[in-house]
Amino acid sequence: MGNKWLAYWPSAAVMTALLLLWQGAVIVFDIEEWFLPGPAAIVRETAAIWPRLLEHTGATLRLTLLGYALGTTAGIAVGMLFHLAPGLRRSTYPLLVLSQNVPIIVLGPLLLMWLGFGMLPKIVLLVLVCFFPVSVAMLAGLGSADSSLTNYMRMIGAGNWTIFRRLELPHAVPSLFSGLKIAAAYSVTSAIVAEWIGASKGLGYFIQLSARGFQAPRVFAAVLIIVLLSMLLFGAVALAERRLLRWRPRSTEGGKRP
Amino acid sequence: MTDVLEAIDIRQRFDNGGAAVEVLAGVSLRVGAGEFVSLLGPSGSGKSTLFQIIGGLLQPSGGEIRMGGEVVTGDRGRIAYMPQQASLLPWLTVAGNIELALEVAGTARAEARRLAHEWLERIELAAYADRYPHVLSGGMQQRVSFLRALLMPRPLMCLDEPFGALDALTRMQMQQWLLQLWEQSRRAVLLITHSIEEALLLSDRIVVISAAPAVVLHELEVPFARPRDETLWTDPQFNRLKQQIYGLLRQDDEPGPPPLRAGGER
Ligand SMILES: Nc1ncnc2c1ncn2[C@@H]1O[C@H](COP(=O)(O)OP(=O)(O)OP(=O)(O)O)[C@@H](O)[C@H]1O
Ligand SMILES: [Mg+2]
Repeated sequence: MGNKWLAYWPSAAVMTALLLLWQGAVIVFDIEEWFLPGPAAIVRETAAIWPRLLEHTGATLRLTLLGYALGTTAGIAVGMLFHLAPGLRRSTYPLLVLSQNVPIIVLGPLLLMWLGFGMLPKIVLLVLVCFFPVSVAMLAGLGSADSSLTNYMRMIGAGNWTIFRRLELPHAVPSLFSGLKIAAAYSVTSAIVAEWIGASKGLGYFIQLSARGFQAPRVFAAVLIIVLLSMLLFGAVALAERRLLRWRPRSTEGGKRP
Repeated sequence: MTDVLEAIDIRQRFDNGGAAVEVLAGVSLRVGAGEFVSLLGPSGSGKSTLFQIIGGLLQPSGGEIRMGGEVVTGDRGRIAYMPQQASLLPWLTVAGNIELALEVAGTARAEARRLAHEWLERIELAAYADRYPHVLSGGMQQRVSFLRALLMPRPLMCLDEPFGALDALTRMQMQQWLLQLWEQSRRAVLLITHSIEEALLLSDRIVVISAAPAVVLHELEVPFARPRDETLWTDPQFNRLKQQIYGLLRQDDEPGPPPLRAGGER
């Protein structure tokens, strides 16, 4: 416990100092709240509109989790499929990369046009965002199993299915998690973009509304929640990774913070 | 009595970027029931290649493999195998690694588990049964790897330089350990090694092959009685045999006519 504090207090101190500086500047230069609210004003506003914020947060969270779950599942499935069917991979992989080059800010309105205003276009957008890093990481992980281990398994007579299940799949898990973490980091912000483009609830919608009304404290309050959500999702994935990869030697986990 | 393994006139050439390289130029050997045979040859002579052919990983360019009289060239899953590196799967526990190998060989899961724990106890590694391989020393990993091969219910054990990566002292202890275990079970073994002493200490028969393209240079019965131990090292006959094999390998190593010297000296 004591050790943890020792490791974290420098960054905590810097954060606190920055917040104080911010609040100080807002007071000293007498900056208007609609232009730049201080931390105190943001906290006050957050408390004041808490029920509404909570409702929008719930909508964003639902969208994020659903899109993330579907997108990463699809990514894992396609990664496996491409690994097991190299012919399919060679013919389809370039298309996959191409699909990632269309900016989501363009894709959003198109999807809206095609799929209407409901939940569907937003989910599809999120699935597209989460899918790519996960499928690439999965494919790379499956393909990089140690050749001496593969040889050993073949020599003792293991079939392709056994090698896939007992060797390639577990070997791919660390790589898969780096994809899952990237997808987690992108998914909340992508949900915000999706809601920005067209929605009647969610934090993205709420920010847009507040910005139009020059209600800067509300924008900041929403941003604060978005950051927290992102960190929470990323943290959950990192925790799952730690639990699942207990077999790895400690030293490869990065060990102590500098 | 039919031999456990017969390799008959095995030939292998590889296509190395257009140029065909012949590695095995007709190697024949046999391993009888309960016999411990060592395959001795210089580095790069094609010993591991021959194992891959016996294991069915490679289809030979010529020749055939028989096991128990049956032609099995290219068939997999007929040998117990111990590779040069321990090759334990890092995400399985020590016991889990042994169980996996046994399950691949067709042992029922519960029986595999029972065997793994019973034998880890017997080789005094019970404390590590549920630990991951990376906490084991190199020597311990090799012991687990050997146990994995020993427990596979297959008629022939193929050991590819099992102690090559160990230091001299550990290596000696491991040879002793293997000898004890093997003398209890008397399975048919084919062992690849670089070490003449190791081959003499462990085997009933030694097959010496030349550098690539490899042929069998010599085959000799090892006359020492079992059970053996390291006192053999001081036996005069041990040293005589050692010198004889060493001579064979050195002769093979001598280059043919010396290559033409470049300019300068003319
Ligand atoms: N798949 C392959 N393609 C091309 N050449 C190969 C292949 N496998 C092995 N060789 C060549 O065959 C030769 C023999 O290799 P092998 O691994 O069988 O030697 P070895 O006797 O086991 O040597 P060592 O004692 O050093 O392990 C080497 O020159 C190697 O380059
Ligand atoms: Mg070799």
